Amino acid sequence: MTDSTLTPEANDTSAKAPAPSRSLYALDDLTKKRNAAEKRFQAYGIAAILIGLLFLVVLAYSIISKGIPAFTRTVVQVEFTITQEQFDAAEKELFKTKAYERFFIGALQGQFEESGLNVPFDAKAIERIVGKTGGTIREYFRANPDKLGEPVAFELAASSRVDGYMNGRVTRETMTDSRFLQASDLDIVDALVETEVIKTVFNWNFITGADSGVDNPGGAGIGASVIGSFFMMLVVLFLSLPIGVAASIYLEEFAPQNRFTDLIEVNISNLAAVPSIVFGILGLAVFIQFMHLPQSAPLVGGLVLTLMTLPTIIISTRASLKAVPPSIRDAALGVGASKMQATFHHVLPLAMPGILTGTIIGLAQALGETAPLLLIGMVGFVARGYPDGFIAGFTEPNSAMPAQIYTWAARADFAFYEKAWGGIIVLLVFLLSMNILAIILRRRFERRW
Amino acid sequence: MKFTTLVSATALAVASTAFVGAAQARDQVQVAGSSTVLPYASIVAEAFGENTDFPTPVVESGGSSAGLKRFCEGVGENTIDVANASRKIREKEIKACAEAGVKDIIEVRIGYDGIVFASQKDGPAFVAFQPEDIFNALGAKVLVDGKIVDNPHTKWSDFNKDLPDVEIAAFIPGTKHGTREVFEEKVLAVGCEHTGAMKAMMDAGMSEDDAEDACIDVRADGKSTDIDGDYTETLARIDSNPNGIGVFGLAFYENNTDKLKVATMGGVVPSTASIASGEYPVSRPLFFYVKKAHIGVIPGLKEYAQFFIADEIAGPDGPLAQYGLVSDPELSAVQASVDAEDTMK
Repeated sequence: MTDSTLTPEANDTSAKAPAPSRSLYALDDLTKKRNAAEKRFQAYGIAAILIGLLFLVVLAYSIISKGIPAFTRTVVQVEFTITQEQFDAAEKELFKTKAYERFFIGALQGQFEESGLNVPFDAKAIERIVGKTGGTIREYFRANPDKLGEPVAFELAASSRVDGYMNGRVTRETMTDSRFLQASDLDIVDALVETEVIKTVFNWNFITGADSGVDNPGGAGIGASVIGSFFMMLVVLFLSLPIGVAASIYLEEFAPQNRFTDLIEVNISNLAAVPSIVFGILGLAVFIQFMHLPQSAPLVGGLVLTLMTLPTIIISTRASLKAVPPSIRDAALGVGASKMQATFHHVLPLAMPGILTGTIIGLAQALGETAPLLLIGMVGFVARGYPDGFIAGFTEPNSAMPAQIYTWAARADFAFYEKAWGGIIVLLVFLLSMNILAIILRRRFERRW
Repeated sequence: MKFTTLVSATALAVASTAFVGAAQARDQVQVAGSSTVLPYASIVAEAFGENTDFPTPVVESGGSSAGLKRFCEGVGENTIDVANASRKIREKEIKACAEAGVKDIIEVRIGYDGIVFASQKDGPAFVAFQPEDIFNALGAKVLVDGKIVDNPHTKWSDFNKDLPDVEIAAFIPGTKHGTREVFEEKVLAVGCEHTGAMKAMMDAGMSEDDAEDACIDVRADGKSTDIDGDYTETLARIDSNPNGIGVFGLAFYENNTDKLKVATMGGVVPSTASIASGEYPVSRPLFFYVKKAHIGVIPGLKEYAQFFIADEIAGPDGPLAQYGLVSDPELSAVQASVDAEDTMK
């Protein structure tokens, strides 16, 4: 093409063009074309960003709008008395919590009769309105036996359908075929809302509690699995950081360049791309079946996630070590430092911000991982609650946040679906704070050096 | 060196936790298996934790076959104690168990569960099915004009004028689910026999066994989709496909009556009552299997099994029935066999 423009014929045609078109102010066709291409490219770029933002907004909107109901719950507020005889009778039964529930429903019924509720009601209807409450009542009186015989004010969970009615998920029309709540029950609920017996409160239990059975969405909480995730992250941090950093320092600063180290390097990069479920299978085979570590324990979960996080940390650490200019090493060696002194006194501190960022990103990735936990028994109904102590936190069965969300999403009652979205909000809060921490740490370290 | 001290301290800490963990005996019951039984097991596990001094058992899902496979891995603390199953354990599995040292297995039947066919609440009027309809819609080979052919039907109305004139789209449990077996046995095989397809196959020279296998073959041209996940996945598929028909457990359907409408099978509306009386044809018993060798080793294992099938829990007024389980009319016999720790022969 360029050749052809240099041919005499081409020169002739350009010579025929009027002189003003040569002015720098008037753009020739080619320049216009290039400028247009540049504008187009910028427009594509802006469009891409806008599409990305749109998805982000849609995602954030759906997460927040679907998850918010999980943070409120509908409670039945009532004051009632359990006598010593009732307590003893209930404790003798096999299904003790059911007995407490009966007392509660009886008390509620008595209260309605007294207050002259102007809608028809019976014990069955009250049973449909209140959720599973026996566990809370039993726990309270076992911890406070001195309160037996005197009136105690309780805020107890309403059933999941009543909760749904309060936040607009359930309407009279959609209740027509349901066995769990009848449209007439909603009249009672309306009357109770007016007298402020039923009200919506902030759901602390969701933040602090443990998982609950499928018939008790009002009692489900993500707190215990946050603790499970915390202990897993401790294991990951204290294993993968020292091992990862030691491995990368050796490979980057000390190891000879030969086929063997090349092989190791290639394998580390490959490991980073291995699907996480593979580490789960490995964990099951090595840690549980061979080493006999306990099932469903955060210790094993942490070990599995360590395997998964190690390559990420090694790769980012090596990258940040490489980014330290060789002149620093040379200067240190030049004034007589040993290779180890040069590395630990000069190179490592300079590489620290990058190492920390890599570690925190790796941890955040591990925090959101569900697949490997499937195989070591951390996904399912794990409702043990808080561990009994620090060491027990590693070994007692527990779930993890993403595993808990996954479990909830699979349950039949729609109320658990809300909980799953609520759990996603909690998980995202943790991930965002970890990423912000990474940014802050990096900024601080960078300023110092 | 500070760094080396850090490394060795960490290694020591981790090694000691690992040691403590391994040395500590497991104190909770560990359960895995059928996702149909999981809801019931989680209700019982929560109540067991609340009502006894034993810790809440851990219940995992994964399907009947997967659960029984883990159950049969061997005896010891790092294997599960209880396998939930929505079908009876197979001879093959009992053999695998015995080879791995799991010789004494206690079978516990907890009750019955119905399998229902449901579609979008506002979708086409799928209100009444016969097993023949399902077979004609989903069988791999069906009988048309007296001949066995590859399933040519694309719409429900192609073979039954009473059914809606919409494309066939069915979402059925995948093969790892125990529900699939019941679906094959009680719907496809029955439909195959009733339409005369089975007889035609045998007339064409197939042995009875081969014909039975051919009867329960599901078409693979995309009209029927295997769902390997939970019922929530099936529900999501139905939600996005107005013409879809899904296979659900009765309890799941009852929890989602605002989104689903159920079809009768053989003219009977599925409900706990019609399943208990045996009128509704598509139901199956649910089980869990207990490793006898773990009783006395894992604290609370026998108590958990006894608690599960107690009248207060699995009886007609208990929380399981309330959630949708059809309670076993012979519950007292099951209770007696658990008390005596009767193992399978």
